[in-house]
Amino acid sequence: MSNILEIKDLVVSYGGIEAVKGISMEIPEGEIVTLIGSNGAGKSTTLKSIAGVVKAKNASILLDGKEIAGKSPDYIVSAGITLVPEGRRVFPNLTVLENLKMGAYLRKDSIKDDLDYVYGLFPRLKEREWQLAGTLSGGEQQMLAVARALMSKPRIIMMDEPSLGLAPLVVRDIFEIIKTINQQGITVLLIEQNANMALKIAHKAYVMETGLITLEGTGKELLANESVKEAYLGKSK
Amino acid sequence: MSNYVQLLLSGIAVGSLYALIAIGYTMVYGILRLINFAHGDMFMMAGFFLIYIAAIPNMPIWGALLLTIALTVLLGFLIERCAYKPLRSAPRMSVMISAIGVSYLLQNFATYFTGGLAQAYPAIPLISNKIEIFGVSTKLITVITPILTIILVVALVLFIKYTKIGMAMRAVSKDFETSQLMGIKINRVISMTFIIGSFLAAIGSIMYFSYYEQVSPTIGAMPGLKAFVAAVFGGIGSIPGAVIGAYLIGICENIIKSFPAIADLSNAFTFVLLIIILILKPNGLFGEKLSEKV
Ligand SMILES: Nc1ncnc2c1ncn2[C@@H]1O[C@H](COP(=O)(O)OP(=O)(O)O)[C@@H](O)[C@H]1O
Ligand SMILES: [Mg+2]
Repeated sequence: MSNILEIKDLVVSYGGIEAVKGISMEIPEGEIVTLIGSNGAGKSTTLKSIAGVVKAKNASILLDGKEIAGKSPDYIVSAGITLVPEGRRVFPNLTVLENLKMGAYLRKDSIKDDLDYVYGLFPRLKEREWQLAGTLSGGEQQMLAVARALMSKPRIIMMDEPSLGLAPLVVRDIFEIIKTINQQGITVLLIEQNANMALKIAHKAYVMETGLITLEGTGKELLANESVKEAYLGKSK
Repeated sequence: MSNYVQLLLSGIAVGSLYALIAIGYTMVYGILRLINFAHGDMFMMAGFFLIYIAAIPNMPIWGALLLTIALTVLLGFLIERCAYKPLRSAPRMSVMISAIGVSYLLQNFATYFTGGLAQAYPAIPLISNKIEIFGVSTKLITVITPILTIILVVALVLFIKYTKIGMAMRAVSKDFETSQLMGIKINRVISMTFIIGSFLAAIGSIMYFSYYEQVSPTIGAMPGLKAFVAAVFGGIGSIPGAVIGAYLIGICENIIKSFPAIADLSNAFTFVLLIIILILKPNGLFGEKLSEKV
């Protein structure tokens, strides 16, 4: 399969301190790729710089072989890459429907079918269409954040720790949704603290530590890897 | 009786003017968490714009009014682009100092350009005419002002509630980064906010000076300050709050002015009112809890 997204030598620094120190990743079209690593490793920074909201010091980011590094966030959204940010970040003062409309901000065509599509994925959101997003539960907010991202009709959806702080049952729902979205042809780039579940659904996985990629392989390979087991799966031998 | 009507009428008219200015403060604060100190001076500049434009030979009054509004909007847009946008990621204090700088720049520029003396505002036909209501003689402007203000406020509230850019304004006011992730160009949304604020200040200016008939370089300070108090009073960031705050201040102020013994204290009253409100309700009447914007 061809790579929909290729990241080469990505370096990002915050006021002189390098958070990402030159990483390269290849995201094959139609797959689920996960990026795991402990807190502060630079995972969120990586996704934000792909999305264009954090400027990289050095990078080549190729979408279908075309350079998108340094482009503005709105360019990147319309090119088909969307990010579900860490901590959900729904607009609390907007209704559920308005949040979804913001997700489709750049689109000029009718969004009716897409509303039906995301309401099909998340029937709970349909019931709460007129409710302010700030009054939703954590799990509902996460669903809204994912639904909002889908409203841009992405080819690649990046998700930053979607299971963070959610009850186990809700986490399972979220992972089911990720698989469903992927089966519908959307490439997924997933950051997770829950390495076990992420590696199980991932076709491909990267491990990041202090700004560098230290390991890569298929989800299965990393699940079986001793150092991954020790550091991220809580199963030491 | 007619005395009370008179008081109420002028209180409502003055309150309307404060409301038009207060909206500019509260909207900019809502989106940038910035107190735009230059806003009162925009109001003054709009006053001079009309004086100079109306003096152009053969300039029809409606042309002068339109040009005044257009120039004020342009000025508001440029102030944001030149003095605030470059400081987008700077500490909030730096932007505030930039705003104070712009305020003095406008006042000094006006002093330099006009010689510093108060100048007479042209009488605008029709709205400067006298009329009589409830047995009270007043200028037509006293009646037009609140009606126009209410129409503008309702239009603005609908705009923010129902249009895509209005929704984007609400989104940006909560979260810059996530708004960018939606593809919202936040600089455009911020410019739009300044354009709306300057537009309302220009309208307010036209009505205010038709009422008070004189413009001087520092005249923006007091109404600006009172409009700012109204915005804080109503809960800064809230448009309905700013409007209600403005009417309260306008009416109370006029009532106090009617008692000769304390008339001179009417300005002090405004600020005492503010202090009391802030002690009782630190976020103002309709203010949300001040949360740091992410
Ligand atoms: N806005 C920022 N300003 C300065 N430093 C930051 C900022 N965001 C993240 N960092 C730093 O960059 C490093 C990587 O952070 P992040 O990408 O959030 O890691 P992760 O998502 O893997 O937990 C951390 O050391 C963090 O403190
Ligand atoms: Mg993170």
